[in-house]
Amino acid sequence: MKKIIVGMGTCGLSAGAQAVYDRLEQLAAEHPDRCELHITGCIGMCFREPLVEINDGKSRVIYGGVNPKSAEQIMTSHVLNDQRVEDGNLVYVIEEDGATGGEEATYLDLQERIVLRNCGNIDPESIDEYLAAGGYEGARKALLDMTPEQIIDEVKASGLRGRGGAGFPTGLKWSFAAGYDGEQKYVVCNADEGDPGAFMDRSVLEGDPHAVLEGMIICARAIGGTFGYIYCRAEYPLAIKRLEIALAAAREKGYLGKNIMGSGFDFDMKVKQGAGAFVCGEETALFASIEGQRGMPRIRPPFPAEAGLWQKPTNNNNVETYANIPWIISQGSGQYAKYGTEKSKGTKVFALAGRVLKGGLAEVPMGTTIEQLVFNIGGGIKEGGTFKAVQMGGPSGGCIPSDQKTIPVDFETIPKTGAIMGSGGMVVMDQTTCMVEIARFFLEFTQSESCGKCTFCRIGTLRMLEILERLVHGEGCEEDIQKLEELSVRIKEASLCGLGQTAPNPVQTTLRYYRHEYEAHIRDHKCPAGSCQALVDFFIDGEKCNGCTVCARNCPVEAISGLKKETHVIDTDVCVKCGKCLTSCSFDAIFTQ
Amino acid sequence: MATEQKNFSYRLWRYDGAPGELIPLLQSAQDHFGYIPRRAISYISSVTGIPESEIYGVITFYSQFRLRPMGKYVIRACAGTACHVSGAKMITETIEDEIGVGVGDTSEDGLFTLQTVACIGCCSLAPVVMVNDDTHGSLNPASTRKLIRRIAREAKKSGEAKPAEAKTTEPQSE
Repeated sequence: MKKIIVGMGTCGLSAGAQAVYDRLEQLAAEHPDRCELHITGCIGMCFREPLVEINDGKSRVIYGGVNPKSAEQIMTSHVLNDQRVEDGNLVYVIEEDGATGGEEATYLDLQERIVLRNCGNIDPESIDEYLAAGGYEGARKALLDMTPEQIIDEVKASGLRGRGGAGFPTGLKWSFAAGYDGEQKYVVCNADEGDPGAFMDRSVLEGDPHAVLEGMIICARAIGGTFGYIYCRAEYPLAIKRLEIALAAAREKGYLGKNIMGSGFDFDMKVKQGAGAFVCGEETALFASIEGQRGMPRIRPPFPAEAGLWQKPTNNNNVETYANIPWIISQGSGQYAKYGTEKSKGTKVFALAGRVLKGGLAEVPMGTTIEQLVFNIGGGIKEGGTFKAVQMGGPSGGCIPSDQKTIPVDFETIPKTGAIMGSGGMVVMDQTTCMVEIARFFLEFTQSESCGKCTFCRIGTLRMLEILERLVHGEGCEEDIQKLEELSVRIKEASLCGLGQTAPNPVQTTLRYYRHEYEAHIRDHKCPAGSCQALVDFFIDGEKCNGCTVCARNCPVEAISGLKKETHVIDTDVCVKCGKCLTSCSFDAIFTQ
Repeated sequence: MATEQKNFSYRLWRYDGAPGELIPLLQSAQDHFGYIPRRAISYISSVTGIPESEIYGVITFYSQFRLRPMGKYVIRACAGTACHVSGAKMITETIEDEIGVGVGDTSEDGLFTLQTVACIGCCSLAPVVMVNDDTHGSLNPASTRKLIRRIAREAKKSGEAKPAEAKTTEPQSE
């Protein structure tokens, strides 16, 4: 009996996994005695989705880029006749003796998977598969064999630090919450993954929801929590669905509810859907949102450990943090602390995206260098480009230039560059990315997501955005750089929460490493990366243009001339660089330089 | 539709004064109506005792909530970092040009509503656009235009554009 496993995470589904699944379902129905069809979450190789795994109980063979047609071939050849399909889509193979192979073997072999231990390996909608993979062993140990103090000590000893961005030691945080008494105490999971470019929490929730539940149960035991909330983005419908399935299954099996596993401990939780506000990633704003109010942060202290959700003692951690906990408890803190650097223990999941060749998720020990992540695992830059910078920490983070690619990624080193660890999003940039424009992009994001409570964050970010808008249009003046620097300092000083305190980071880091690009925009009215539309010239590729006249008709200033069915030409002196021709051309013939 | 209606009124009927129910109530109202109409705000206010002004404040704070009806096809253009560095702005502009309205608006024929979304989470397919529940990746202006035209053509063929046209007068009352 062979298992056919289709990767059905959001990345797989967007690449067409549903059609592959449907086709395989039809085919598998014809041979119920030979194979059974399963689903799994994202294994991290998003760049090769949709993935289909054939598991015969001894070896695992993963095919990438599968479509309904190639699924048929895999079915007839591999499943029914034991002949692997060697057509260049064999991405990963684990043989019976543990040897690995396949085109993308390095991508997975270079990783250490603790958080992602089950992602892509088990069916996230089946609690039995989670149990078979050692699930709820950590909870069993914590609830039956350990005291709350022992659990906290174990987490402290592991050196685990919050994976949401700030890196606060998790065990210490738990001990604070445990220190306050209350009839109601809450355990909250922040699944409002808002950083554009980070998607590891989504993958964990979709691929291994029980790990998060188990982590929260252990936390509840440690701090005396009575009820839990998972605050999940509404933009992650699949994650919410799988969480609900997991919650129902856990309740049925007695891992949630009254007297869990006969320990006399009661705990239950529910999913709360976020409604789309980046600031709700800030814990006090998140609590306000769960309470049904506008998600605005409030002044700390009192800290959540004393008065959090509904003014009760609350512990709030990120998805990835909770997903680490069951492993730490069941395997022991010593095992966990083996990974990582002196002050940043364990592993971290990074989301590789942008101009990198192999975009996906990679979990590596803390202290791995940017170079290893981008080149050894990520395979370098797309389309033969040159590595320019990596952006870490989303809109709160900063750009790390390519000449610092050998620095280790951990909680100590990254902040020295001006960026932050963040939730682990790594957006890779090449020579075509303009750093002024990327700073403008992030400012636009934080400006629109500012909740408006603090004046400097509300108005200061708008002023900065206006300056950056001017710069990318080539209308900046010499004082602009100084104004940006001054505003950056003021906004950081005078904002209440993490959003405002970090909003100027993208501007500050790009100013630090790419000041010359700012100066080129101001003094020479040039964009060195050739990406700012107002500062480049538009041309028509004679090879591709077939003279359909669409661009000429759309041009508002009649800068395009040419006869029907003949190559058109843009008069760059008349052109106002509105980009109408570029977006109206159906033949991809317009280019900028 | 019938079951969704039950959901919203059921939730309202079940409301027991438990705090924190406002956002789920608004979400179910939006599921039911496709947007949050004026009368839903009044219902919710009368049942929960939360002032309408406060409810309005919550609605406008969160980007998920809409006060206007949506088009038949909701286009969500990803504006995440990965898509941005892969040319997402050009894709959004192409769509704006093609459907004739800007981000946040619904086209004249009621077929398309254009929104941007922070990150869909399939960064390796950037730039990405979601049309209702389908994701389309690795786009360029030309393929985007083809995509929108294909959907419009198919919708016109099946006559979907017509009933939606009547809707365009409705937002005036909001």
